[in-house]
Amino acid sequence: MQTALSIAIDAFAYGMALFIICIGLSLTMGLMRVVNLAHGAFAMIAGYIASYAARDLGLGYAVAIFLAIIGTIVISIPLERLLYRRIYGSPELTQVLMTIGITFCVIGITNYFFGPTLKTIPLPGSLTQPVDVGFRTIAGHRLFVVACGLVVAGGLWFLIERTSFGIKLRATVDNAAMADALGVRTQVVYAISFAIAIGLAALGGVVGAEFLPIEPYYALRYMVTFLVVVSVGGAGSILGAVVACLLLGAVDTTGRYLMPEFGNFFFYAAVIAIVCVFPRGFFGRAQ
Amino acid sequence: MQVAAQTPEIATSSSAGYRWARDAVGVTLILAAGLAGYWLFPDNLALLTRVIAVALLVLSIDLVTGYGGVATLGQAALFGAGAYAAGIACVNGVTEPLTLILIGAVAGAVAGLFMGTIMLRAHGLAQLVLSIAIVQLFHEAANKASAYTGGSDGLAGLMVSPLFGAFEFDLWGRTAYLFGLALLIVVFASLRFIVSSPFGMLCRGIKEDPVRIRAMGAFVFPVLLKMFVISGAVAGIGGALAAISTQVVGLDSVSFELSANALVMLVLGGLGTLYGALVGTVIFMGFEHVVSAINPFHWMTMVGALLIGVVLAAPGGLSGLLDRMSGISRRRKEKRT
Repeated sequence: MQTALSIAIDAFAYGMALFIICIGLSLTMGLMRVVNLAHGAFAMIAGYIASYAARDLGLGYAVAIFLAIIGTIVISIPLERLLYRRIYGSPELTQVLMTIGITFCVIGITNYFFGPTLKTIPLPGSLTQPVDVGFRTIAGHRLFVVACGLVVAGGLWFLIERTSFGIKLRATVDNAAMADALGVRTQVVYAISFAIAIGLAALGGVVGAEFLPIEPYYALRYMVTFLVVVSVGGAGSILGAVVACLLLGAVDTTGRYLMPEFGNFFFYAAVIAIVCVFPRGFFGRAQ
Repeated sequence: MQVAAQTPEIATSSSAGYRWARDAVGVTLILAAGLAGYWLFPDNLALLTRVIAVALLVLSIDLVTGYGGVATLGQAALFGAGAYAAGIACVNGVTEPLTLILIGAVAGAVAGLFMGTIMLRAHGLAQLVLSIAIVQLFHEAANKASAYTGGSDGLAGLMVSPLFGAFEFDLWGRTAYLFGLALLIVVFASLRFIVSSPFGMLCRGIKEDPVRIRAMGAFVFPVLLKMFVISGAVAGIGGALAAISTQVVGLDSVSFELSANALVMLVLGGLGTLYGALVGTVIFMGFEHVVSAINPFHWMTMVGALLIGVVLAAPGGLSGLLDRMSGISRRRKEKRT
């Protein structure tokens, strides 16, 4: 029972950390139709910035997160203008190749500046202590990740479904030319949504660093995981991303706890089964 | 099969005789380049044999991606299936090299059948994800079944008996290299034959527009599945060759990285041309050998920049660039006359 509970809590927190990173990718893929394999690279950049700010400059955790998000978005803007804008609407293979190329470049450059070692982001004291939630104690950091995930999910839902920006975004997704003709500045909408997606990647990269440690191969190692989660959940669907992250997080964590010698075997077996049954993911839009 | 004949560019631009002559020249060039490599780099024959094995893998990706239009990031699953099948057979007493190659081809074809059956159920992104999931699954399975595959230590101790009972696989890899070169030429010639057959034309048609092909009365799924099986056999031959020449089968032969790198080589050389696949492999692996010896991370940056450059500037890869240039010069000549 104790094992089951601790597996459940770890799985839940891990799933939420995955969610924060993947929802950004889900947005770019579902709404902007760009298969951005470099998404993990942006999360990694954020991790490096946060680590540098918190460990080397001695700034606080909150400041580090803030700096990481802003810094990553600033880095992503020229990339969006120069590279991504050219592959909107291209075939998948082109997008995959271009973004793998960006990932390789980011890995090479990051390693050149920061070296191949693992970077840690020191947590503040309030998050390292266990928190008593009545029936048992849970590590504060786990609760923090879960809270972040819930806030992100709620905030995004509100943004897309309830604000005028969300309306413009959905209009652009459904028919960019028509939205343009009606006075929606689609280029601006794309740029803003791209920035939001990257910001979420950055947040997830920093917050989830306990689960997915920051190192130069981060971008490549978890690229597949992120892509898999999004395609299982259905690109562009918040609910789908939540379900996929929690489910795959649970499969992965349970597999690791109970049968560590099998590694990711069950994770990928589950993925193949799900994608075969739901080719568009759980809540993907029909095309 | 009427379909193919109506594809204008392919059917009209080159008559059969011209094509035969061109293929003969192409194969001779490959042979010449291979022998030149043998004389010029006698100390690097192991690397050159590796290049040939990977070239077979890249050719197999070209079959499904360049000719069939199915993007895959998991082709190393087929390469690894061939390598492990040949390796396990060799450890268990089957040491005749040609038999091992055959075993590798069959294993690759079976894996291709499996992979194609799963992948062809989906389209677009889901297909790509499935290919990745399959190669990762193979990787984990190979790691887990360490009793047969040696797990993360790799399968070592392959003692291959001499080729035709006469040519021993020596320390310098001369036999392995020449054997590999001969294999490559045989495979390449048969692939030229396959891709210019009505079946190959039908595959190209499916790549261009599957809906129209279906409307014309051809079945898309079995054709693509057949292509997958052929491609699996080619990849399996590559894997078996790698196993025979290095006498070790490692987990890296069923890895996502190998699949991704092979796809990069193909794109660099040019999708949908068999020559492009070979050229891309040779250039990529040559550069890799030189640059990654200096610093592996510089190599990654370079590959990344190269990929971005190819996508932006030369979507057809090097051979596409060549075609465009020759097209321009030909048009100029026509203008003059």
